[in-house]
Amino acid sequence: MSAGNGYKVIGTRPVRHDGVDKVTGRAVYGGDTRLSGLLYGQVLRSPHAHARIKSIDISKAQALPGVKAVLTGADLPKTGDTIVDLGEGPARLKYMSDNVLATDKTLYSGHPVAAVCASNVHIAEEALDLIEVEYEVLEAVLNLREAMKEGAPQLHPDMTTQEFGEDTGRTSNLATHFQHKLGDPDTAFASADVVIEREFNTATVHQGYIEPHNATAMWNADGQITIWTSTQGSFAARAQTGAVLDIPVSKIKVVPQEIGGGFGGKIPIYLEPIAAMLSKASGQPVKLIMTRPAVFESTGPTPGSHIKIKMGANKDGKIVAAEAYIAFESGAYPGGLVGAAAMCVFSCYDIANGLIDCYDVVLNKPRSFAYRAPGSTQACFATEHVVELLAAELGIDPLEFRLKNSATTGTRRIDGVVYPKMGCKEVLEAIRDSEHYKSAAPSGPNQGRGISLGYWFNVGLQSACTASVNNDGTVSLSEGSTDIGGSRTSIAMQFAETLSLDVDDVRAQVVDTDSIGHTDVTGGSRVTYATGWAAYKSALDVQAQMCERAAQLWEVEVDQVAFEEGVFSSGDKSYTFKELSGHLDETGGPVIGRATVNPDSGVGGSFAANIADVEVDPDTGKVQVLRFTVIQDAGKAIHPSYVEGQMQGGSAQGIGWALNEEYYYNKDGQLDNSSYLDYRIPTSLDLPMIETIIVEVPNPGHPFGVRGVGEANIAPPPAAMAGAIADAIGVRLQELPMKPSNVLAATQASEGQAALAAGG
Amino acid sequence: MPVAWIPSLMQKLTEGQQQIPVEGSTVRQVVEALESLYPGFKDRIVEDDRIRTEIAVAVDGEVVTSGLRARVGAESEVHFLPALAGG
Repeated sequence: MSAGNGYKVIGTRPVRHDGVDKVTGRAVYGGDTRLSGLLYGQVLRSPHAHARIKSIDISKAQALPGVKAVLTGADLPKTGDTIVDLGEGPARLKYMSDNVLATDKTLYSGHPVAAVCASNVHIAEEALDLIEVEYEVLEAVLNLREAMKEGAPQLHPDMTTQEFGEDTGRTSNLATHFQHKLGDPDTAFASADVVIEREFNTATVHQGYIEPHNATAMWNADGQITIWTSTQGSFAARAQTGAVLDIPVSKIKVVPQEIGGGFGGKIPIYLEPIAAMLSKASGQPVKLIMTRPAVFESTGPTPGSHIKIKMGANKDGKIVAAEAYIAFESGAYPGGLVGAAAMCVFSCYDIANGLIDCYDVVLNKPRSFAYRAPGSTQACFATEHVVELLAAELGIDPLEFRLKNSATTGTRRIDGVVYPKMGCKEVLEAIRDSEHYKSAAPSGPNQGRGISLGYWFNVGLQSACTASVNNDGTVSLSEGSTDIGGSRTSIAMQFAETLSLDVDDVRAQVVDTDSIGHTDVTGGSRVTYATGWAAYKSALDVQAQMCERAAQLWEVEVDQVAFEEGVFSSGDKSYTFKELSGHLDETGGPVIGRATVNPDSGVGGSFAANIADVEVDPDTGKVQVLRFTVIQDAGKAIHPSYVEGQMQGGSAQGIGWALNEEYYYNKDGQLDNSSYLDYRIPTSLDLPMIETIIVEVPNPGHPFGVRGVGEANIAPPPAAMAGAIADAIGVRLQELPMKPSNVLAATQASEGQAALAAGG
Repeated sequence: MPVAWIPSLMQKLTEGQQQIPVEGSTVRQVVEALESLYPGFKDRIVEDDRIRTEIAVAVDGEVVTSGLRARVGAESEVHFLPALAGG
């Protein structure tokens, strides 16, 4: 199979290297970890959304036969008031520790307060019932706008609002406030021919990975700790665990297991320190696996939001000014995702004047964490709504309006940053040129079509690879990026391309923290970009060493050896890579290539767009997706099937976010839908085959032009669905999810207003 | 001369100036130059001789990984942004 464009491997679709193990069930996940003498742990969680812990009595649990150890927050080391960045963004160490096991207060229902390990899971569960916790129940606040009000129940009495490096000294639930401003928005709005302003609310949603969090730990008598876990970053898990337990990272080895989904939710730690401490106390290995309710109630959802968007345009269709007010739930602790939302909210458009005003707000829900392009989906839903209204008001086709205002190479975003080479306009043109867009929009009753455009900026960060050349010419490639989406193969493909090898001759494996250089988390759409770059560099290292070996064999200087298309040559002498690999033992022994990267230039962002056709049931409000296309700039698609898979996965999750998903709390602040029966993610029965169009605007900052594709695709679906629903029934919703009851309510409200306007 | 872009919430320190040309071939020198013009600026950006963890510095649109040591070109733009996490 040839890839074209001068590539032999890149652009082809080899069978994924982990495929057989995955489909036969042989792949080893965290829950499969088996060790001699293994104990089983369980965690006791607060039933109260906000409460002071007055006392915890563990004596009865400790006395239960079979119980080996009981742990509370008091057993964790006291952490200083330190700000740390351990792979999941900056965070206060005390907050990180208290989120693992609460000490003085519980801040959400589901907040861990104690843990136990026993000889079997049933005894551990029974022991939880014997732990007596005396709470002083406090008033809770679970509504974002209520939490922002003066006089709202305050989660952290000592927390003051931070304004870009300045402590304001004001105590409230507002953790952070910042702004971006470009040009003169007031004057520009005054000059605009059309100004439209709307408000939006989006619900708290969960990443919805299938595999629950798990951790198994063994604290050896020599003080060395091994942790087997499902994580998006083995080094981040090691760093966070070391910080919470106040032990050096050199004492901890994290062995990443296969992952059944993460999407940003498996960057923070939850169970790892608990498993380690229970193992230390019992002297045996301890395994914990969260129940599904625990996953929903206690692990990072992504934030609900309140957003106001104001945009102004001239009659000629040019957007002249934009303002955004964005408030995001941070959950129980500060450190939310509103900063990313600010950088994405107007990122698709070239707007010379703008103001973005942002707030990060704590409230009595689990601490918010990243979810695929964190913050971009909420922002895109709001902005695209107003963009559609502007186009309608100006009588311009919505796609033409977007093309006219599209960001492009050299566009300055409102946060000030200037875009390098980017594929925004190309993605819009791909909509225009697609068969889906050219086909007639569905025209039956209550049917409609919507389009939308979103962005995610991607990150670089640290990656490492080592490549060991075997004497048969195959290569064992080790990397530290935990593999969520098939990245092992896409990394192997970049290595193979560099040395003109068959991709099946390069076996990539994800190894533990003792076996590879520091590698940052699998997140920020960075792995194919940055770890791929490390693989490319390690291949060049192998190439250089192999040239030296050939020079030895031919008794020539190394600069007289050439390497081209997998063949080393000098004059009339030549060796294929495989042939030369058979001579390593006589030229100095094994060849091991290695490389590390931490790129601070060339991190290309990615734009994604949707075309959605829907039909709305006027009696129930249920929205059926009839046809859905996702378009995304991949820079260069290393393995097109993986790229398409990411595009389809992000789209499915975005459609779920659009139509159904939300955290539903009762009046006592307890989550009422903590199961997949009640928290409704889309199934294959809910979705059509999602069509994909890969756009390739190569990233000049990467050897193969790669842009990360894991995230931007989740940004546009809710906006596209909202547009399609508006086209179908004439009502444009400003709240997520657009569940049946909300669609019906909005329809009825619209009909009521129409009747009033008609004097009915 | 490189140009430092000042976040709007810090512009009260810079008398409302958003874009400030300053001498410097590293982020450290740019920050020091801003500190000499607008005392108090450095404390908002730097802690313990490092860029604050909640802040990212972008040079010519790219978030730098070498902090205060990052190189700045004669025509560079230096931006101070909130630090971010990806999913």
